[in-house]
Amino acid sequence: MRVCVVGCGAVGSLFAAHLATLEDVEVWAYDVVEEHVAAINAGGLRLTGQADVLAPVRARTDPREIPPCQFGIVATKSMFTAAAIEATAQIFVDGAVCSVQNGVGNEELIAEHVPRVIRGTTFPAGRVVAPGVVQMDTAGDTWIGPFEDRPATRAEIERLADAMTRGGMPTKALADARGAQWTKLIFNAASNPLGALTGLTQGRLCELPATRALISGLVREGVAVAAALGITLDSDPDALVDHSARVAYDHRASMLQDALAHRPTEIDALNGGIVRFGAEQGVPTPLNEAIVALIVGMERAWTSQPPAMSE
Amino acid sequence: MIERVCIIGAGTIGSLLAGHLGGVCEVSVLTRRPEHAAMLRERGLRVSGKHELRAPVFATADAAELPEFDVGIFACKALDLEQSAARLAGRAPGAAMMTVQNGLGAEAVVARHGAWPIISAVTFMSGIRHDDTHVEYELDTATWLGPWAQTATPYALVEELASLMISAGLEAEPMPDLLPAQWSKLIFNSAINTVAAMTGLPHVALFAQEEEFGDLGRLVHGLIDEGVAVAGAAGVRLHDDPWEMNVLAVARGETGHSDYAHRPSMLEDVLAERATEVEFITGALVREAERLGVAVPLSTAMYRLVRAREASWGLRDGAEAAAVVS
Repeated sequence: MRVCVVGCGAVGSLFAAHLATLEDVEVWAYDVVEEHVAAINAGGLRLTGQADVLAPVRARTDPREIPPCQFGIVATKSMFTAAAIEATAQIFVDGAVCSVQNGVGNEELIAEHVPRVIRGTTFPAGRVVAPGVVQMDTAGDTWIGPFEDRPATRAEIERLADAMTRGGMPTKALADARGAQWTKLIFNAASNPLGALTGLTQGRLCELPATRALISGLVREGVAVAAALGITLDSDPDALVDHSARVAYDHRASMLQDALAHRPTEIDALNGGIVRFGAEQGVPTPLNEAIVALIVGMERAWTSQPPAMSE
Repeated sequence: MIERVCIIGAGTIGSLLAGHLGGVCEVSVLTRRPEHAAMLRERGLRVSGKHELRAPVFATADAAELPEFDVGIFACKALDLEQSAARLAGRAPGAAMMTVQNGLGAEAVVARHGAWPIISAVTFMSGIRHDDTHVEYELDTATWLGPWAQTATPYALVEELASLMISAGLEAEPMPDLLPAQWSKLIFNSAINTVAAMTGLPHVALFAQEEEFGDLGRLVHGLIDEGVAVAGAAGVRLHDDPWEMNVLAVARGETGHSDYAHRPSMLEDVLAERATEVEFITGALVREAERLGVAVPLSTAMYRLVRAREASWGLRDGAEAAAVVS
């Protein structure tokens, strides 16, 4: 089978490299970072940290050089989803495309350009440490299932889950993947932006009564929206917050890292998604809307100031 | 007759008051740092910006050295008020005291340290403190003053002090009941300061923009609506609509322009990683709301966020911030 990873950054590379270890999978990758693409083509894609993999991936910055693929895996940051899938749509004329991105709303954007879509949620994380080299920081599971409006077939979803799992990225094929997605969404939306706004690490956020109470308030709104959508959550996002504080006490949420580096954040797909789906369902989400306004305001403040050094 | 005024605390507001009043009456200044007092004695005080003034002032960091005065004005930050008032305990028995601190509760703090008649005030003027003896007069907006209801402060004294300030070139307005104005400013301040502190934005037009989802003005408006509800429950009729104050402030020349916009003090404090006045402003509002049984979830969230930001610098741990029920 032929797979194209769209957005071969940290998460995209984890999927691309693991899949490329399989003899029966041909892996292509679309990315806009020329140095990274050149390094992958010259020496293969290397994973370090929690994984030790060197695999052949055919990377391109020009999507017209990529042949038609049966599967796509979109792993861009959520604000680049629309542009990335528009640029690569012709690769998936008869393909099934899976989002493994943060937040909600990505599948809807992908469905505007391809025939069949797979809803995905993934926990593994890493970072690009050099062109062609990605360090895998966290291992974990991935859940995939049909995107209800333009579903991939059950056979496609199972075939992709099987390949990912054999490649070393344990993946479960589900009939309804919304529970997993919303559990992660609510968890991320409650903790990530608070890290960015306060500068506190995950552990400190959960430990300080002031922020812990705020997290629970944000979680409650997300849970109410999910319930209105008829989604059964995988687990209690509040418990997930406490768990993350224990296993990742010193972790700086990705949005805090974005804030320190003055990079655009994924607020629109996280809290913005909860607010939009809440509005559709008539569920009020005032705290999530407040957080969106603050993060967007923070991003606006950066544009009038020189970028800070990333830490 | 008010002939001698003592300014306690020579930060931005204290310097603006001393620099102006020094032209029309005898002014003494009580500073925290002895070297600050020495500089003021040597050089006097310079005001630039809206007004160009130079005033000689007597300054000292030792309350025992202060000359007699008729009115003392506490111009320090709310966080320093307790300590400043304690320095004057047992002194100036014939004087009246005025507080200009942000938020609620300053008068009660001063009243704990002496039986002075107290004048409440809120000030909208702003400035930029360039150094110990030079302050720039940025916004020449008014100071409102009125008798504090818990002491027998003659209204005539309030009017006289307002006239003195006006004769010195400041904008001042006496009011028989200051609570409506104080609450208008509290609500305005709580929303603008916390949003500026958390976003890093000065008070720009975005604060009044509320057309679309995620627009900052919607949050500001939500915070103001909560404050208005608390004032209503407290039986206070507001002097000004805080949302209109916000719209006017961002439309005004200086603050509407993003290159020269006003940075609310809480933003300055956050940028300098100093303790903020959030406890006296939003904290006071949230506690009033709780006492009156009014739900203020957005204000509570902003209060918690600012306290958490303070905690990230190792200041206060925010433990008591959680005691507030959302």
